Amino acid sequence: MFYREAGDFKTSYRDDNQTFPIRLDRAGYWIVLFVAFCVIPFFVNDYWVNSIFAPFFIYAIAALGLNILTGYAGQVSLGTGGFMAVGAYACYKLMVAFPDINIVFHVLIAGGITAAVGVAFGLPSLRIKGFYLAVATLAAQFFLVWLFNKVAWFYNYSASGQINAPERTVFGIIVTGPNTEAWAKYMICLVFLVGVAWVARNLTRGMTGRKWMGIRDMDIAAEIIGVNPLMAKMSAFAVSSFFVGIAGALFFAVYLGAAEAGESFGITKSFLVLFMVIIGGLGSIFGSFAGAAFMVLMPVLLKNVLVGTMGWPTEIAAELEFIIVGGLIVIFLILEPHGLAQLWRLTKEKLRLWPFPH
Amino acid sequence: MTTDMNADSYVTADGRTIGPVVMDLKNITLRFGGVVAIKDISFNIREGEIRAIIGPNGAGKSSMLNVISGFYKPQEGEVWFRGSKRPQMRPYQVAQQGLARTFQNIALFDGMTVLDNIMTGRLNKMNANLLQQAIWKGKAEKEELENREACEKVIDFLEIQHIRKTPVGRLPYGLKKRVELARALAAEPSLLLLDEPMAGMNVEEKEDMSRFILDMNDEFGTTIALIEHDMGVVMDLSDRVVVMDYGKKIGDGTPDEVRNNQDVIDAYLGVSHD
Repeated sequence: MFYREAGDFKTSYRDDNQTFPIRLDRAGYWIVLFVAFCVIPFFVNDYWVNSIFAPFFIYAIAALGLNILTGYAGQVSLGTGGFMAVGAYACYKLMVAFPDINIVFHVLIAGGITAAVGVAFGLPSLRIKGFYLAVATLAAQFFLVWLFNKVAWFYNYSASGQINAPERTVFGIIVTGPNTEAWAKYMICLVFLVGVAWVARNLTRGMTGRKWMGIRDMDIAAEIIGVNPLMAKMSAFAVSSFFVGIAGALFFAVYLGAAEAGESFGITKSFLVLFMVIIGGLGSIFGSFAGAAFMVLMPVLLKNVLVGTMGWPTEIAAELEFIIVGGLIVIFLILEPHGLAQLWRLTKEKLRLWPFPH
Repeated sequence: MTTDMNADSYVTADGRTIGPVVMDLKNITLRFGGVVAIKDISFNIREGEIRAIIGPNGAGKSSMLNVISGFYKPQEGEVWFRGSKRPQMRPYQVAQQGLARTFQNIALFDGMTVLDNIMTGRLNKMNANLLQQAIWKGKAEKEELENREACEKVIDFLEIQHIRKTPVGRLPYGLKKRVELARALAAEPSLLLLDEPMAGMNVEEKEDMSRFILDMNDEFGTTIALIEHDMGVVMDLSDRVVVMDYGKKIGDGTPDEVRNNQDVIDAYLGVSHD
């Protein structure tokens, strides 16, 4: 009844182009931002940050990255874990080599390095498509993890083979290392997430996004109307890997604090992010958030319900968790193959008409 | 009054000015392995004219269009565009030179809205780089709004305002054809290639499409080369017609000349072998 565009007249193309054309959506967006920045930081504790907010934010960044590549540009990638590892190890090397430079720059440069690696591994996409490209990116996944385990230079010859994040500050506030406060961890992840989402939205609504989607929907037609397929695909790989690299750097430096390539950035990570993108909705910014939230929150919720409320033994609950989450994914994909984003769109369309059926 | 059609420019009976040659195809031969799809064909397209390419199925018309748009590379022959020989080019480079086309089987981007499809047609008019687009405010937004305005003109012209925000995948066939035309027109091409713009349409849709083609040519002065099977439409619309059969050119001239050409009649109606 209140959720509709009636009365919200657009008098310029700028108004017509805005991200949230409906007033209630715009209000909701600002409220969410306000709560995220000005309310939650005062109440978060270690449990909430470590089991919910930090993984959710970081996976959302990774999902945004993969969604640009797979959802918008149509290039399947199974190398997300490997690219996250590149971001993590690049960030580690930079943190150790240049301790005086702000960690924010380290994370951004780590993203840039990952972008370059992503472009290199994306080159086969000019010749191969679909499953075959997925296999080629799978090779990237295994090669990168192998490289970081094998070449000791990457982990500075530490005896354990692990990399450990040294303590670094932003504006005098500790954001990495064991002494980090919960709210600082929360804030740095949130700031990066908002920045990445904003850039992703800008790119996908403009000509770059149209080129990507053109390549995805019909590559021959796109080329004939003037899209340079090399530039379009490589820019998709670059931007996607940049985001994934940032996610990897934050995952290691802020969230984990210590990482080992095979364990933290294995093939399971690639699949996890791919599931997020598919469940959330391919080719949707909101879908990336929804997918990441679903995959991060579902296990936590189940654990709380099974162990906390129903009092089951932890180990049985842990096993059941896998079964239930897996089952939910299957059921969900059968019911709504276009993901949570499509579900959200349908809900909004219904809301626009409510309380009338048509 | 007779018009000298070989002059540098002349005025047609309905008052349109036909300018110099835009596209000149010289002795084009295209082979796929042993199959000769196009055999030693030459013809030209002049500025401001509507040029039709006709012929029975399998005559090589679409292959010809693909040669012009740079999708196929002919083994022999030269393509001259605006007075200079065109080097080997990728299709997107040809598009940058000012060529736009539609496809026989609609090739729209199904996942995008009508507006986005048409905006994509203007990609050669927009040159904000990746960083400017990431920031959005500034050049990218300004460019987007300017080009949106140009697209809205095309949308008005082709009368598709009501489906502006509809995903293309949901549209019926006739409208998809029109959106595809809009996407090509949005590029403001100096040469527009239409591959069977009226295939599979009913009489009213054909009339609409004919009107759009004539208006486009008349109002924007767009040079159009089209392939079409509906002879009535072709003879009515076009200034000059090329007739192809089995990869060879069997006729070239005004609709009247072509209609009375014995080879053309034989190709279409068959010839008795006695």
